[in-house]
Amino acid sequence: MPKKTKIETALIESLKKKFNTTIKEEYVKPNRIKFSTTSDNFRNLAQAVKELGFDQVISQGGTDYPDNNEFRVEYHIICVSIKKFRSIIFSLMTTIPKDKPEIETLIDIWPSAEFHEQETFENFGITFINHPRMEKLLLPEDWDDIPPLRKDFHLPGRG
Amino acid sequence: MPNSVMNVVDQGGDRLVLHVGPQHPGSGHFRIIVTVDGDYIVDAKPDPGYVHRGAEKMAEYRDYIQNIPHLERPVIIDASGVTLPYVLAAEKIIGVEPPVRAEYIRMIMAELNRIISHLYWLAIYGIFLGHSTMFMWPMGDRELFIDLAESIGGTRVTFSYIVPGGVRNDIPINFKERALKTFDYFEKRIKEYEKIFFNNPLMAARTEGIGVLKKDDAIRLGITGSNLRASGVDSDTRKDEPYCMYKKVDFDIPTRQEGDSYARCVVRLRELQQSMNIIKQVFDLIEPGPVKQVLGGVMRGEPGEAFVRTEAARGTMFYHIVSDGDKIPYRVKISVPSFRNLIGMSHLLIGSRLADMPAIYWSLDYWPVEADR
Amino acid sequence: MVNDPTLNLLVAKTSDLFGNAIEKNVREPLRYLINWGRLYSLWPVHLETACCSIEFGAASGPRHDLERFGMLEAFGSLRQCDVLVVQGTVTRKMAPRMKWVYEQMPEPKWVIAMGACAISGGLYVDSYNVLQGVDKIVPVDVYIPGCPPRPETLIQGIIELQNKIRKSKV
Repeated sequence: MPKKTKIETALIESLKKKFNTTIKEEYVKPNRIKFSTTSDNFRNLAQAVKELGFDQVISQGGTDYPDNNEFRVEYHIICVSIKKFRSIIFSLMTTIPKDKPEIETLIDIWPSAEFHEQETFENFGITFINHPRMEKLLLPEDWDDIPPLRKDFHLPGRG
Repeated sequence: MPNSVMNVVDQGGDRLVLHVGPQHPGSGHFRIIVTVDGDYIVDAKPDPGYVHRGAEKMAEYRDYIQNIPHLERPVIIDASGVTLPYVLAAEKIIGVEPPVRAEYIRMIMAELNRIISHLYWLAIYGIFLGHSTMFMWPMGDRELFIDLAESIGGTRVTFSYIVPGGVRNDIPINFKERALKTFDYFEKRIKEYEKIFFNNPLMAARTEGIGVLKKDDAIRLGITGSNLRASGVDSDTRKDEPYCMYKKVDFDIPTRQEGDSYARCVVRLRELQQSMNIIKQVFDLIEPGPVKQVLGGVMRGEPGEAFVRTEAARGTMFYHIVSDGDKIPYRVKISVPSFRNLIGMSHLLIGSRLADMPAIYWSLDYWPVEADR
Repeated sequence: MVNDPTLNLLVAKTSDLFGNAIEKNVREPLRYLINWGRLYSLWPVHLETACCSIEFGAASGPRHDLERFGMLEAFGSLRQCDVLVVQGTVTRKMAPRMKWVYEQMPEPKWVIAMGACAISGGLYVDSYNVLQGVDKIVPVDVYIPGCPPRPETLIQGIIELQNKIRKSKV
């Protein structure tokens, strides 16, 4: 396990003090801090990370785990305004059940996540509550199959 | 025929909804639905997806080497710059490190591709502004750099040159002399570009004060790349989180404070000079040695994830690969700079005139094929 | 007198000779002239489909100059163009728009399929959003292979199209 720098330790400690045991920390590599939590606590965690100074969403996506019957929703946040935080990427993850795939949107905290959430909706079928446009972005308007990035959708001619 | 496609709706008064593209000399492979009130744009809704080929889904059916050709086609003009983060992430998952000479050669290819991409951008900006010389001169000079890249990679645009473990082959013997000759010629040409294209009252009238992106808006909306640097934030992944051997070379990050289209053009021009500077320093630092670590058998990944970001020509590119121990990845998530800059386009177009739309749209360096993947 | 076989034969032979003379001395040169005018002033439609468009742009540059072969710059309106160059992959979202563009072009019109993706789907043949070859929706005259084809290959393809136009019936 590599050693954490002083900056990373300070960030992790301040989040842990606020949230105690409701968040789970996994630190494996330098500059990559990963936190996971339940979906009801997710918004509070996001607000706390924003208050630390992390201001841009660099990626937002999902992963399909059909064995556990759940989707994993991921946000990766970076900071461009504060120089000493620029090398760190914060990854926030949560899981939602496949039978009820909905989660609250975070575009009022980070406006840069707007088009990413729309793309995750059309790729997996995850609904982001209070997002203004849950409609197709990249797929054709008359797409009538299941969302393509799920594991039970197979490419034509393959497996 | 879908209904939502061919409506030009009269909203009363002077308001009109126009569909600009995809068959339009000023739109590329992309459509913008603008609502105009007289001559001013009051609403702009981008409609991407005309080149959506499903790269993320196709990557789950091919192994780590077979993914490289189809992942470099979205940004075909910057082919090496966008396969570099994928290969770095794949190397973290497979658990292999490239030799030092390969890291320097990767930097040479990435910077050459940055120059090639910026010159293509400048040429097409000439078409959008109606300036034919600004199309012909950069296209002609770009051919010299394509010749240099072709002598390393083998083809004109899609090299598939960077692989997990290093690079495919070594650079030719007389490459340094040819490159230095080209750089001397091009540095004189940049002075001519400044005189004719940039210190030009027509260019100033069409780009100064047009599409002003303030610093707070740029940070809040997630803008990246040269657009962020033209609004006053000196952020560049090569300095914030250095990869390859960027710690060993010395270069500046050009920034401007105004945030208008003219500032974005000048920032890209200065980046051309910085790229040539980096390649010259690499020639002094590079040492002979192996260029590829030969991996026996099939590349199998460890279970886990890797997140890597690098600075491609258009901004910061981010790859997230999830592996479950198989020889094909479980999930590949690509975050491209053009897709993140899309929200800036709707923000900047509102309130501007319809005739300024091509100038603003292309000054953000939005490449539609990349944003659709 | 009208039904005299010898006279009928004589009239038939004379009209044949006359018809051949007109065909050789008036219609053929006229056809050659019209085809010559068409093949050296081809206007392509400005419709970029996918990544092959950068090699089309590079071919219009100063090193490989397309305009000297008669392929002019793609700037005009759709209603005055005669060549549709399908530059790369055609996705299911772009396909109806491309068909409407093709239908709006006036006759005579030709289609060039440029790149492996336009011929058969190419590298993306198993994708969920890609049409496996553009000849499923429009009739293609010339196929240019490559991924992407070099500008020299594109020039050879355009010369093939010009040879085809030179021999066509008006």
